[in-house]
Amino acid sequence: MTTPVAQLVASHPLLEGLPGDAVAQVAGCARNVAFAPGELLLGEGDPADTLFLVRRGLVAIEIHAPNRGSIVVETVSAGGVVGWSWLFPPYHWQFDARAVGPVGAIAMDAACLRAKADADDALGHQLMARLAAVLLERLQATRIRLLDLYGTNSGHPGEDQRARVD
Amino acid sequence: MTPIPHRIVSRRAETGDVTTLSLVPASGRPLGFVPGQFNMLTAYGVGEVAISVSSSPREVGPLQHTVRDVGPVTRALCRASTGDVIGVRGPFGTPWAVDAAPTSTGDTVVVAGGIGIAPLRGAIDDLVHRPDTDGGRVFIVAGARQPEQIIFAGDLEAWERAGAVVAVTVDLGSPGWLGHVGLVTSVFDAIAFEPAESSALVCGPEIMMRLTARALVGRGVDPERIRVALERNMQCGVGWCGHCQLGPFLLCRDGPVLPYAGAVSHLLSERER
Repeated sequence: MTTPVAQLVASHPLLEGLPGDAVAQVAGCARNVAFAPGELLLGEGDPADTLFLVRRGLVAIEIHAPNRGSIVVETVSAGGVVGWSWLFPPYHWQFDARAVGPVGAIAMDAACLRAKADADDALGHQLMARLAAVLLERLQATRIRLLDLYGTNSGHPGEDQRARVD
Repeated sequence: MTPIPHRIVSRRAETGDVTTLSLVPASGRPLGFVPGQFNMLTAYGVGEVAISVSSSPREVGPLQHTVRDVGPVTRALCRASTGDVIGVRGPFGTPWAVDAAPTSTGDTVVVAGGIGIAPLRGAIDDLVHRPDTDGGRVFIVAGARQPEQIIFAGDLEAWERAGAVVAVTVDLGSPGWLGHVGLVTSVFDAIAFEPAESSALVCGPEIMMRLTARALVGRGVDPERIRVALERNMQCGVGWCGHCQLGPFLLCRDGPVLPYAGAVSHLLSERER
């Protein structure tokens, strides 16, 4: 029988299309959670013990700095994934993740996921391949943002030449 | 080919370095245009530069151009005062062709980066107010560097009130910003457009358009239904001088709006030699 949480797991874009038995396995690590606006999903330095699959709302990935307060480096919306530091030792969060508004998510116990992936190579491969695809997309997006596309050096084709002539 | 003198009847600072000029001809009839087209604006004694029309054809009133201060000519235009006279030559180039672009039932996704929203403003206004959408929805994704640099914030709110799904994302959030932070493509998962039936209009920095078009195709949007606005060094405006050549295109005449499919998708990835 499919449990409600298994249905939620199966419908999240990260795990969509996963075979039924694999869904049942990972759903055993999952629980449905909700966060109020401003509430932390995870905090920098804390043990990284959960993978969050965002179902609704917006989550801000933040880091705080002296004299600047909290700086939002990225947001993750419905269908996205929050929390990567549980994948590798030392399993500590490197950023804060805060609910911008009301957030609904599936919280997956990281130790449980790792244990199931270790015990079942096919499941482990499926999970890592899907997580790596999201990580790749995030890495590429981060590289592009480093270019400061909308910054003051973005120029105007006609103006560039005139500026050189001047 | 001679610029027609136009008087600046009002100017509005959109952000620190972006200004919208409202122009009326010093004499004679107002120039017509279709959204997506551009005019050559002359700052007398400084030079001439191609600037897209940012008016909506639905608005009765002066011709509007939204200019970013990035060099001598645009700086002179941005610093011009109400009552000053500048030259206008045009309109030139291809339009977004909103009426022809979408399927009657398909969604339209408009993706604008930075000042790229200016050439799209008239097209968006047409889209959100067209009476015959027959179920096709309008999704507007606007990207900016910071919340303070979002152009046409009032229009974005008005388009949302008119029924469009609007998502604004910035590269750098600032205190109090409760919206998205990330690339325009990062918002695609959060807006529920139907890729197989969608058309897309994309305007912004070329890298952003390239990545956006690829992301749309990756989600299943037909490349033939994606239009991008390309820009090079437009000078004559009529395809004579060749300064704006990009591969087989003279962008002042064949562009700026072109379908992403075919030659354009290759040209966007081509390294300049």
